[in-house]
Amino acid sequence: MTMDLFLEGLVALLIVIGGIFTLVGSVGLLKLSRPMPRLHAPTKASTLGVGAILMASMVLAFWRGEGSLHELLITCFMFVTAPISALFIAKVHLHRGEMAVAPPHPPKDDVWATLDTPEEDLDLRKPGETPVTPAE
Amino acid sequence: MTDLIDLALLFTFGCIGLSLLLTMLRLIAGPTLGDRVLALDTLSINAVSLIVLIGIAGRTQLLFEAALIIAMLGFVSTVAYCRFALRGDIIE
Repeated sequence: MTMDLFLEGLVALLIVIGGIFTLVGSVGLLKLSRPMPRLHAPTKASTLGVGAILMASMVLAFWRGEGSLHELLITCFMFVTAPISALFIAKVHLHRGEMAVAPPHPPKDDVWATLDTPEEDLDLRKPGETPVTPAE
Repeated sequence: MTDLIDLALLFTFGCIGLSLLLTMLRLIAGPTLGDRVLALDTLSINAVSLIVLIGIAGRTQLLFEAALIIAMLGFVSTVAYCRFALRGDIIE
């Protein structure tokens, strides 16, 4: 009886924590003022928000006697993919010059790698020159 | 099952619905392309939470696969959008 009450409270607490963190992530996404800080807010939703709700689902399943650990799969997947998608979105910001403060120049190269264009893609024609068709 | 869990579920459904709305506002308003991609990513993460929560409310394990697939599709679509913005092409 005491165990049931404890587990019930634990599941309810985890569900509420998940909801609060999801809300915090979205409020931060809407409220922060610049693109790069906005990248930081939804990470709360993707780690603690989803994590707590999945933990609640897991505890509830074990309590009902049909427990399994497959909710951990989603948590692991989120933990692996969240940095990758954040990196890609940060690269989009950097690439399109949408940052409030421009990044400093790297010491050795002259541009950052994401802004670098390979030489064969550069347009080396003089203004007014006709385009050169590649040889067949 | 019990009153306490049902109360918590009600609260969290409200929280996630509100966060979906706020994310939608950022998706519509977002001044830059990166913000829109980030809002789509956040929408898919919130959808995963919502599906797992519906599974808890219905006391069923069936919705777990749906949540996993939404999580995977959200990640893949985010990477595809970013590739398109960065390179003008998804698979070179």
